[in-house]
Amino acid sequence: MTLIDLTLIEWVVYITLAVLSLAIGAAFTRVLRGPSLPDRVVALDLVAYLAMGFLGAYAVLSEQETYIDAALVLGLLAFLGTVAVARYIERVESNESQTES
Amino acid sequence: MSILVSACLLIGGGFVLVAAIGLVRLPDLLMRMHAATKAGTLGAGLLLAAVAFSVPGDGVAVKAVATIVFLLLTAPIASHVIARSAYYAGDIKLWDKTHLDELAEAIGSGEQDSAHRAAMNQGNPPRSSARASRVDPPGTNDAVPADA
Repeated sequence: MTLIDLTLIEWVVYITLAVLSLAIGAAFTRVLRGPSLPDRVVALDLVAYLAMGFLGAYAVLSEQETYIDAALVLGLLAFLGTVAVARYIERVESNESQTES
Repeated sequence: MSILVSACLLIGGGFVLVAAIGLVRLPDLLMRMHAATKAGTLGAGLLLAAVAFSVPGDGVAVKAVATIVFLLLTAPIASHVIARSAYYAGDIKLWDKTHLDELAEAIGSGEQDSAHRAAMNQGNPPRSSARASRVDPPGTNDAVPADA
């Protein structure tokens, strides 16, 4: 299959996948660099959303409906993980303030 | 139809790229969160909308729309929760050029308020006061005093 044979949708999907890859790379630089834990959590949240978009774009390309289920589960796990880490941050802080006082 | 799907994919990809650039470039946590949550949600939602328009099969559109609704419901909640806990944990270092931090003022006057309330509530059963001291660091109550 050469480049000429691609349909419009396939072109667009490949471009979108490339853009999403760039975005995931950029978000991972923030995960590595992020000065504090909440920065990293927010960046990982965005990475999860980007992976959902990636699965969606790939579902358009392959016309397999299973990828949508994976995207749904990924979004659920991202939400649960974010809330859990937020609780963790809050609890660590309140423990520290208790030991300080 | 393919034009619609292509437009959704390209616009969604653009929003998502803007979100990632904002996550890298913006100076403090709240601004990064603003970029990642709003632009990221809209971008991912548009990409899933493209799936709803394009993929054949029973219930694909329903599942895609359900995923979009779930995303729209949970993304603000997750962002709010993480911002709130990070702010009260003191992890946030605001940008130098931030002029106004109304929450700090509200907490400043709220601490007197909660101390006053703690003094008033000495007679409470110990379980509720223990829970309050465990869950709520000083000034965590959302109620802003009326005079603030």
